[in-house]
Amino acid sequence: MTRWGMVIDLDKCVACQACTVACRMENNTPVVSPEESELGRSILWNEVFPLESHAELAAEDTGADFLTRPCQHCDNPPCIKVCPVQATYKSDETGGQVLQRYERCIGCRFCTVACPYGVRYFNWYAPEWNPEIARHLNPDEEVSPRARGIVEKCTFCIQRLHKAEQLAEEEGREFRASDYQPACVQTCTGKARFFGDLDDPDSLVSQLARSRRAFRLLEELGTRPKVIYLKEG
Amino acid sequence: MALPRNKYQELLLAPTRKFSRREIGILLILSAIALWGLFVYIHQFINGLGITGMNRPVYWGVYIVNFVFFIGLAHSGTFISAILRLVGAEWRVPLARAAEAITIFSLPFGAGSILIDMGRLDRVLNTIIYGRFMSPILWDITAVTLYLFSSVVFFYLSLLPDIAILRDTLPDDAPAWRRRLYRSLALGWQHSAEKYRRLEKILGAMAIFMTMLVVTVHTVVSFIFGMTLQPGWHTTILGPFFLVGAIFSGSAATIMIMAVLRWKFHLEEVLSFKFFNYMRKLLIALALSWSYFMGVEHLTVIYGNTSEEMSVIIAKFFGEFSATFWVMAFFCFFIPLVILLTKAKRSIGWLVTASVIINIGMWLERFIVIVPSETYPRLGYDLGHGLYFPTPAEISITLACFAGMALLYMLFTKVFPIIPVWETAQEIPGLHGYHGFEEDEAEEEHAEAPEQIPGYGDALEAGHA
Repeated sequence: MTRWGMVIDLDKCVACQACTVACRMENNTPVVSPEESELGRSILWNEVFPLESHAELAAEDTGADFLTRPCQHCDNPPCIKVCPVQATYKSDETGGQVLQRYERCIGCRFCTVACPYGVRYFNWYAPEWNPEIARHLNPDEEVSPRARGIVEKCTFCIQRLHKAEQLAEEEGREFRASDYQPACVQTCTGKARFFGDLDDPDSLVSQLARSRRAFRLLEELGTRPKVIYLKEG
Repeated sequence: MALPRNKYQELLLAPTRKFSRREIGILLILSAIALWGLFVYIHQFINGLGITGMNRPVYWGVYIVNFVFFIGLAHSGTFISAILRLVGAEWRVPLARAAEAITIFSLPFGAGSILIDMGRLDRVLNTIIYGRFMSPILWDITAVTLYLFSSVVFFYLSLLPDIAILRDTLPDDAPAWRRRLYRSLALGWQHSAEKYRRLEKILGAMAIFMTMLVVTVHTVVSFIFGMTLQPGWHTTILGPFFLVGAIFSGSAATIMIMAVLRWKFHLEEVLSFKFFNYMRKLLIALALSWSYFMGVEHLTVIYGNTSEEMSVIIAKFFGEFSATFWVMAFFCFFIPLVILLTKAKRSIGWLVTASVIINIGMWLERFIVIVPSETYPRLGYDLGHGLYFPTPAEISITLACFAGMALLYMLFTKVFPIIPVWETAQEIPGLHGYHGFEEDEAEEEHAEAPEQIPGYGDALEAGHA
């Protein structure tokens, strides 16, 4: 079995937010007004933010710690259990991504409340783009803009997996793990992100996940995230 | 066949005989508020939940507060009519229907608040088509639906003989729609002793079922929060705490309604102070239970002192929620307790004041349980600014829910007797009648007599007699 996972080396991350921008262009996440953003209603499947913001630590200390955070794609996701319509599910056939059936979601927002990582986003209004940006939307149907009133989230760019598999088939060769890479990994300026099969003990991500610097967010909750961080320093 | 003999029959049936001009005015005002809420909801349905103040991470706001609050209000009805029936508290009889009507008319707004909160109401049937029973929302749908259905049956059964009495005593000049309504709803009820005996039996049996249901329903409501891992929610105490809070606010609401009925329908003789005094004592017990749960919950969390739980506690005690929290604590406990132990002993006005304060406090309590936990999620980073204030749209819809509930309640009291006629009858052929009204006078005399402590032997003898 394949189990897609991501390793993020915080030593190499410079918090440039290229991952956030790449994600936005790849996945057509809607843009919101500054007022809406002020309310926390921005939709950023991948987000970069200073840690411990509730304390004034980050402001005082110039060496502020930043965290870049996609969906953790837990192996034991708390969001799935609470969905009353099975709109969110873990796709084991495609390697364990936590996905969302947009056409089924009823917008109750139980998953957004249940996720301890806050990686799920709700469409408070129907998505809108100004015409300039709208011209650059990703034409891929799998990421066509989501409707109002439903939840959306990071998919590890599942559409890229489907494309890569299709390409391998067209070229008449076996699909390789290296064929598939989410947009944030491909774009990362510091090459801080790694992606691959965690079930393959020889893959780079598996090796890095065994590093003594490796940790996972809120590991103690038993959610078993497939995003592994490497500690700074 | 003889009707049950109730000396207050005409007094109790009087409100159902006609609408006064003032009553029609109130009904129109309530309808206007409810329609305004409906209009705002349509606006929200078309444009999206963005018109509310909800944000990230406060994904749930006053709609969910209303959901918990209305389901809570509903609990008093079943508590008074089922649980007190089981323990044989005879004083509940005249109050039971007024309390149960709160259940019937509050539940739809509780369940409705969940629907109002949904992003896509048009897909609500997905919960049945693709329902996932592991989700506490499905538990809620099951529990609340069953509760609503059972309460309606329980309510209707105990209403049945009174509908028959209405049918049999209708004046000749009564409008035809009333005649048709009572005739069809009475289901051909005949006032025979056998029927009354069977009815009592069924109601007694249903009371056992309803008692279990009332405990389950509000516990399941709390599971929506308790089953998540969020700080402040993930605790086993939430179930019983929600239940006690529900009966607390519901009992306070019953007192408010009783006072209005007594005042507007001139029921001073029937709803005498004795019954208010029973409810006063019940409220004292519930206020103490509520504060017990409150104390236990907070002490456990504060003693454990884990950082993610403490950020919620600090926000509640000293932070941005402190004003709401302390108003809640004073409104739910300190102020009403003082009133209940002093002024309310002799005055319905003060008792109603305490009840109103309790219900404001309990609404705030639901808010304080729900919103601070969302504002301070486990992962301590800045998700959004997360400060939540309800918008005018949410306030309009909330007011409309309350107006809608009052509207249905008022309409009910104008069509059916809100104080049970048959259950308070002094004589039902073949059954022992209700003598709770007379005991009133006996008790007053007793109070003036020198203190006597009845031995247990008296009770035994009385039982044998």
